[in-house]
Amino acid sequence: MAPAAPAAPAGIRFDGVTVAYHGTVVLDALDLTVEPGEVMALLGPSGSGKTTALRAVAGFVRPVAGRVLLGDRDVTDLPPHRRGIGMVVQQYALFPHMRVEDNVAFGLKARRTPKSEIRARVTEALELTGMAGYARRHPRELSGGQQQRVAIARALAVRPEVLLLDEPLSALDAQLRSGMLAELARLHRELPDVSILYVTHDQVEALTLADRIAVMDRARLRACGTPRELYRAPTDAFTASFVGGANLLPVTVRASGAEFAGTVIEVGTDGVAPGASATLCVRPHLVGLGDGPNRITGTLAELQWRGATHRLYVDVGGHRVMADVRELRQPPALGDEVALHFASEDAVLLPAGVAHG
Amino acid sequence: MAEVAPQVRVVRGGSRPGGGSRRSHTAPRPYKPLLWALPPIALLGLVFLYPLALVVRQSFQPDTGGFSLQPYADVLASESFGRALWTTVWLAVAATAGCLVLGFLLALVIAFVPFPGARTVARFVDVYLSFPSFLITLALLFIYGGTGIVGSFRFLTTPWGVLLAEITYFTPFVMRPLLAAFSGIDTAQIEAAGSLGARAPRIVRRIILPEALPALAAGGSLVLVLCLNEFGIVLFTGAKGVTTLPMLVYGKAILESDYPGACVVAVVNVLISVGLYGLYRVVSRRAGA
Repeated sequence: MAPAAPAAPAGIRFDGVTVAYHGTVVLDALDLTVEPGEVMALLGPSGSGKTTALRAVAGFVRPVAGRVLLGDRDVTDLPPHRRGIGMVVQQYALFPHMRVEDNVAFGLKARRTPKSEIRARVTEALELTGMAGYARRHPRELSGGQQQRVAIARALAVRPEVLLLDEPLSALDAQLRSGMLAELARLHRELPDVSILYVTHDQVEALTLADRIAVMDRARLRACGTPRELYRAPTDAFTASFVGGANLLPVTVRASGAEFAGTVIEVGTDGVAPGASATLCVRPHLVGLGDGPNRITGTLAELQWRGATHRLYVDVGGHRVMADVRELRQPPALGDEVALHFASEDAVLLPAGVAHG
Repeated sequence: MAEVAPQVRVVRGGSRPGGGSRRSHTAPRPYKPLLWALPPIALLGLVFLYPLALVVRQSFQPDTGGFSLQPYADVLASESFGRALWTTVWLAVAATAGCLVLGFLLALVIAFVPFPGARTVARFVDVYLSFPSFLITLALLFIYGGTGIVGSFRFLTTPWGVLLAEITYFTPFVMRPLLAAFSGIDTAQIEAAGSLGARAPRIVRRIILPEALPALAAGGSLVLVLCLNEFGIVLFTGAKGVTTLPMLVYGKAILESDYPGACVVAVVNVLISVGLYGLYRVVSRRAGA
């Protein structure tokens, strides 16, 4: 039922790939390997080089240095039509004058698939994306979510080893997006051999879908790891703030922990010399209100009610600390002195650095 | 409608409170637009429609006087008219076909092949449209003419010379709408087609051409009408054997002083043009141009 890749499953390898436009480096010596059958999310703000990396795999930009490999095939010098990839972009890019079935059949015809086979493959791809009932429609007669399903069916009909998804859900509204997210996860379970490179600026999509996340920032790869690793133990301030949101507190390393605003917080210093500056990362939802371990106090600067939770912004020694707590029956008033605390194992010490983006 | 009528009467009477006074100043308003429209319509009628009517009337008045269909019978039966009609039609159709092919290829290159100066070339197309047609023919004379670069073979005085000159001059008229249509094509579609395994010819045939068809139809029908009526190019090439309908009008009226005959040919020419213009309007409206 599910289309199997014709050859052995292939991964993607970036080998020092550098892309520059008019002398501006937009992708700086990217080294990254997507294992066969893996979903890799390229996560980063706009202008971070993530889409450029995807376009280098598709063959729409030519690296000035480095190689791109699909499986053990070096495709750096191949034109797009010889790379054998499937691609889905944000704006669907369906062919407006073709019916849905002709859109899906386009790649098969381009690859000179026998006519007798095309019909079955089109039906198969449309069934896979739940669009079998719309084969005779034109793209303009479909909703955004349906159009994106057709675009995915079109990309899958050619049975690519590698599927490139460039912000595929960004044009959909929030409700459709979460539905399509589940749909993509199901598709990947049905096509376990297809490697997927998923470009997004949305950390929820990346956390939900990806086996691993590569965090991009200003043309460079910042960090790469499983969602859990990046969330629980980020290695730098940028990753910490971009994946999940975080308090990034400037601290001074002491023998017994890290000192923040006059309070020594018990945290593993991991061999950092006492006296050095560092950044302490604590997720807002792991910060509690009231007394507890690692207690810090400050004045409440802002309070947001978010339904199930309250978010508190507390000024502690000139730094703002965020805490997400369960909805409070009697929330403190602005300007009140409040105490916050968090468990030592929820805090991660990072090299000093200012987060941005 | 029933509601509107009494209101108008109230306004005319000037008895409506509030805004009534303001409206009463503009009571003769319905006549004003007509007043404004009268001079241009009169002018148009005097300088354009009246002479045209004279042409039509003349075409029914043989030299012997009176009203007669004789000029039509004479002209339509004459061999020179038949030949001119055939020459006009095949030249116009061939020139249009040439313009479509050449214009499509050139517009493709300008729109989709990234080369330095592509925008300048695209802008030059606009400027080119403002050139007079005989200028191109004149320029061609320097290359293909009797004393031209290519030598003494008299290429320009053949129908092929006229065809070449018309294609050279009218191709930009096809490129203009095409470039507009091409700029509307989503490059993501072309990239999607490429990633699906399509090479350039297939992308042009299956993605670009269907999107460009309305623009091709609009540009093509415009060029067809212009070619049917082209006079300057045919005159300037000096092709004696090439007589098109406009040339025939010129010959009958100026050289033979056969005014009724000239008017008959002119009326036929106008009818063909108007018919094709109607077609052009239908096509271009469907193209959204």
